[in-house]
Amino acid sequence: MYKYILKRLLMMIPVLLGVILVIFIIIEITPGDPARIMLGESATDEAVARMREEMGLNRNIVVRFFDYVIGLITRLDFGVSYRTKQPVIGEIINRFPTTFKLAGLTTLISVGLGISMGIISATKQYSIFDNLATGIALFGVSIPNFWQGLMSIIIFAIWLGWLPPSGSYGPEYWVLPALTLGTSASATIMRMTRSSLLEVIRQDYIRTARSKGQKETVVIIKHGLKNALIPVLTVIGMQFGFLLGGSVLVESVFAIPGLGKYMVDAIGQRDFPVVQGGVLFLAISFSFVNLFVDILYSYLDPRIKSQYKKDNKETAKKDRRHKEVLNGKQTQ
Amino acid sequence: MANKLNSKKRGPWREVWRRLKKNKMAMFGLTVIIILALVAIFADYVAPYGFDDQNLMLRNQFPSREFPFGTDNLGRCILSRVIYGSRVSLTVGFIAVGIALVVGGSLGAIAAFYGGKTDNIIMRVVDVILAIPGMLLAISLAAALGPGLRNMMIAIGVGSIPGYARIVRSTVMTVKEQEFVEAARSVGASDLRIIISHILPNSLAPVIVQSTLGVAGAILSASALSFLGLGIRPPEPEWGGMLANARQYIRDYWHMTTFPGLMIVITIYSLNLLGDGLRDALDPRLKS
Repeated sequence: MYKYILKRLLMMIPVLLGVILVIFIIIEITPGDPARIMLGESATDEAVARMREEMGLNRNIVVRFFDYVIGLITRLDFGVSYRTKQPVIGEIINRFPTTFKLAGLTTLISVGLGISMGIISATKQYSIFDNLATGIALFGVSIPNFWQGLMSIIIFAIWLGWLPPSGSYGPEYWVLPALTLGTSASATIMRMTRSSLLEVIRQDYIRTARSKGQKETVVIIKHGLKNALIPVLTVIGMQFGFLLGGSVLVESVFAIPGLGKYMVDAIGQRDFPVVQGGVLFLAISFSFVNLFVDILYSYLDPRIKSQYKKDNKETAKKDRRHKEVLNGKQTQ
Repeated sequence: MANKLNSKKRGPWREVWRRLKKNKMAMFGLTVIIILALVAIFADYVAPYGFDDQNLMLRNQFPSREFPFGTDNLGRCILSRVIYGSRVSLTVGFIAVGIALVVGGSLGAIAAFYGGKTDNIIMRVVDVILAIPGMLLAISLAAALGPGLRNMMIAIGVGSIPGYARIVRSTVMTVKEQEFVEAARSVGASDLRIIISHILPNSLAPVIVQSTLGVAGAILSASALSFLGLGIRPPEPEWGGMLANARQYIRDYWHMTTFPGLMIVITIYSLNLLGDGLRDALDPRLKS
């Protein structure tokens, strides 16, 4: 098991380096001289030149990339804010728990809601409930979360007065943001659970289980759901990435002091190192979530792990193909 | 007998169309999209006012006979702005997907066709881009490139490249093993010719579905970027941008928030209905 996790970790390194390279290139193509922006418009040319030398901006681009990577690893250097002149990482560490809490809470809600609705829909295919639920789910993936947030503020906070419109001072402040952020995730998970379970319950071993006289609930949960869960798990992992992206908008709508709001405020102030540092941090956390999902796979489906032992390359290929099929199926 | 001949004449695409026509929801989606496209093209004739016609005497008006969607904080007709806004949204949606489709599709086709090292290099790059959540990549790119229609299309398009690369790659891989490709090669067709005239037409089905859903996603991303101030600059109307403006007046004027958002939902929902319908119509497993 440890060997498997270790291998997965090693496989992550080139991807992470690639992610860092992408963000590095994006920072490079941003117009404007960082040294001048740091010093302000009134700075003399000499001062800017000195600053450029100090910041190492005059060196070869390859050298700078390696410096960037080394700075990230050793000093957690995610950049320096133009506005506060402080390292971005301090603010990220302060705010990330809030964002993570929101994303985690939302994941819990949407997994519970999505999987249970998906099971009911699949077992009662083409019933009124199924038609209604699939219709609502398609609506759920079509609604932009920032607009849903604004509308729920109007309806539940301003008109009905049931919940506070914005801020984060207690549990009641989390209800609207989590529901808003969770809508599309629940809908996506529901759609995946439904189609995956529908495929599984056509299999022979389900008929066998039924013909043994097994209770229907046991057949569905134990024989059906367990085997249908792997693609659902992939979708949940991917949804977490969407949630991290979506939290940027939802936090801004509900004024939740998380990483997303920090980034949106930075966009308004044209404080780009904060934006890029935040994106890089979230992309790296997303990679770790995916690693976690990969490890969960092997718990759910022992075949994956044992295949891994026998022949790495072959399984890695199969694994990728499996994911590709899923990507094709995924709608969002 | 005559019937049999007729049915033989029907091409595979006509068959798909026949199945799609049966799906009422998909046809509803298609109709709405066609109407939206017409409204966007003929916005000058359809919109009751110009998108930037300000009338400070008529600020923040609630919906009325004169202004069906009300007016905004500068006294501009929201209905007219929503109508002009559909131009931006549809343009961004289709062009961003076009960029992603051309670049991603070619990469996927090359990777699958040549295999080996080429495949490995291309797909590792694709994996890296896929490791960054799409919305975040779009925010990051849009922040670097600056606001504007063109930059927004690039920012959204780049993020969707990996999806198309993967889908085209996996379908081309199955198609290229088939006999007609071997036949084309044996009569001396060039690689490019085989890819373009034999493999691509036969791998279109999943790409069409992905593109339809992709346009929906791109429109959603575009409105999100504009909402964050990274998209279209005012006074040019864009649905997301209108929502960003309406936010300040959310306590008193619900209509400013409601209508631009409703337009987004209707557009995305219709595209998703059509995409789902196309998937069912194109899925060979459902062929009876």
